[in-house]
Amino acid sequence: MKDIMIKLENVTYEYKSYIDEEVLTAVKNVNLEVEKGEFLAILGHNGSGKSTMAKMMNGLNMPTNGEVYVMGMNTKDEEKIWDIRAKAGMVFQNPDNQLVATIVEEDVAFGPENLGIPPTEIRQRVDEALEIVEMSQYKKHAPHLLSGGQKQRIAIAGILAMKPDCIIFDEPTAMLDPNGRLEVMNTIKKLNKEEGKTIVLITHYMDEAVEADRIIVLSEGEISIEGTPREVFRHVEKVKKLGLDVPQVTELAYELRKEGIDIRDDVLSVEELVELL
Amino acid sequence: MIIDIKNVNYIYNPGTPFEKKALSNINIQIDEGEFIGLIGHTGSGKSTLVQHLNGLLKPTSGDVIVDGINTSKKDVSLREIRQKVGLVFQYPEHQLFEETIYADIAFGPKNLGLKDNEVDMRVKSAMENVGLDFESLKDRSPFELSGGQKRRAAIAGVIAMKPKLLILDEPTAGLDPAGRDEILGGIRKLYEKEKMTIVLVSHSMEDIAKLANRILVMDKGELVMDDSPKEVFKRAPELEEIGLGVPQITNFMRELKSKGYDVNDEIITVEEAKEEILKYLRSREDV
Repeated sequence: MKDIMIKLENVTYEYKSYIDEEVLTAVKNVNLEVEKGEFLAILGHNGSGKSTMAKMMNGLNMPTNGEVYVMGMNTKDEEKIWDIRAKAGMVFQNPDNQLVATIVEEDVAFGPENLGIPPTEIRQRVDEALEIVEMSQYKKHAPHLLSGGQKQRIAIAGILAMKPDCIIFDEPTAMLDPNGRLEVMNTIKKLNKEEGKTIVLITHYMDEAVEADRIIVLSEGEISIEGTPREVFRHVEKVKKLGLDVPQVTELAYELRKEGIDIRDDVLSVEELVELL
Repeated sequence: MIIDIKNVNYIYNPGTPFEKKALSNINIQIDEGEFIGLIGHTGSGKSTLVQHLNGLLKPTSGDVIVDGINTSKKDVSLREIRQKVGLVFQYPEHQLFEETIYADIAFGPKNLGLKDNEVDMRVKSAMENVGLDFESLKDRSPFELSGGQKRRAAIAGVIAMKPKLLILDEPTAGLDPAGRDEILGGIRKLYEKEKMTIVLVSHSMEDIAKLANRILVMDKGELVMDDSPKEVFKRAPELEEIGLGVPQITNFMRELKSKGYDVNDEIITVEEAKEEILKYLRSREDV
């Protein structure tokens, strides 16, 4: 049997609208398993339930119905909640909201300090984490003077210093410029491929989602498409109907097919389409 | 000409250890009816430039002339300049503050001293232009709207001032593709229907390619390119060097051409690429 990192069992999340007390459902009866070492991307338009679901994966939100397990631990188990958050770390959209200290290395040390790790080990973890995100030369810098991509990598280092097995990213590149996006995506890929971290990536960028092993598309709180990037993006019509994009080359291949050109319907990259023509 | 920027330099914190040159020797003329895409990586000087266009910043040296008014002139009416140039900041929805959508959008026009019925008309047409239904939304609290709707309400507040030039600083950041298309659709309408001159700051080359008819590229405080989208996106290697890129579809056509296919690689939208590939494939069949 494969090792399961995160498991959602018949998970529903309801909340009360603060306007008229109406009960709204953000996530509806979702079943999902994330394997150890997997890179999973979650797509969906705003309000589709992506962030709510992500926050249930490390116990920030508790399901109204159903169970969420992180490495076998139920997030409802109050005694385990700190273990769960140490195993499944989370990185958010805005780097400025995630940095707490005035020196980079102190910021990275904040998490392990709170876990009660001995100082010598903290030192080692901080150095290692900064090495992985390639920010060692900035360890004495003030974080607010760094670029967006650099800040986000510091936030990632802060999570890494807690030695999680899984990192959940909630639109980590939404506020970055193309360079910053590239830096952060390269870091995420490296964490997955070289450090063996399980990755859950929530994003609106399709070119980021194609890097994943598997994609799920959420709509109205339910999983509406699931599969490898190839399998998902071949449903051009359906993906667009859900308010999402497909990569431009995928769209071009789709348009050419409509014109009667015999071309595969699961093209994802520039190189592939060049080969096919 | 609505904007004339002449030999503009701007230095932050001059004379301190934090002194930083943000703009160096910028010359730009913008005519009415243009749709300009402004690109550059973070820290390239685009936001500094944009803040010169409505007098939020004044050049350290050089002149910025907005519709005939020099922003550096003593006792210049900034009020007049800001009526001509509307600036939508990043995440403008953070600036919504009134209790209802109507009151928020009406705030600017009311401060202009306009009569109630004129204010009313402006709110209505601004909401219509950004695709917000007047009747059902006017009395709602901004907090009841979705992220995309909030942002459109904030943009409507600027449009209601009827600026000649509308500047938007990354208006689609953080929105999903559907939200992005709504905003961009609204901007296109303002350009085509209301004849507003537009400056769109964006990190998305795809969006810029779809909308702009002229692109300005900033790098390290300098204006490094100023040309039509086709000409600018031809210079892919240079753009990549300064941390920018070209639309994926342009990359694809360039790649194809470099492999020896006889196609036009000055393509910036999927629509154009489709036409070009079909033309190519059909000519191949004929041979």
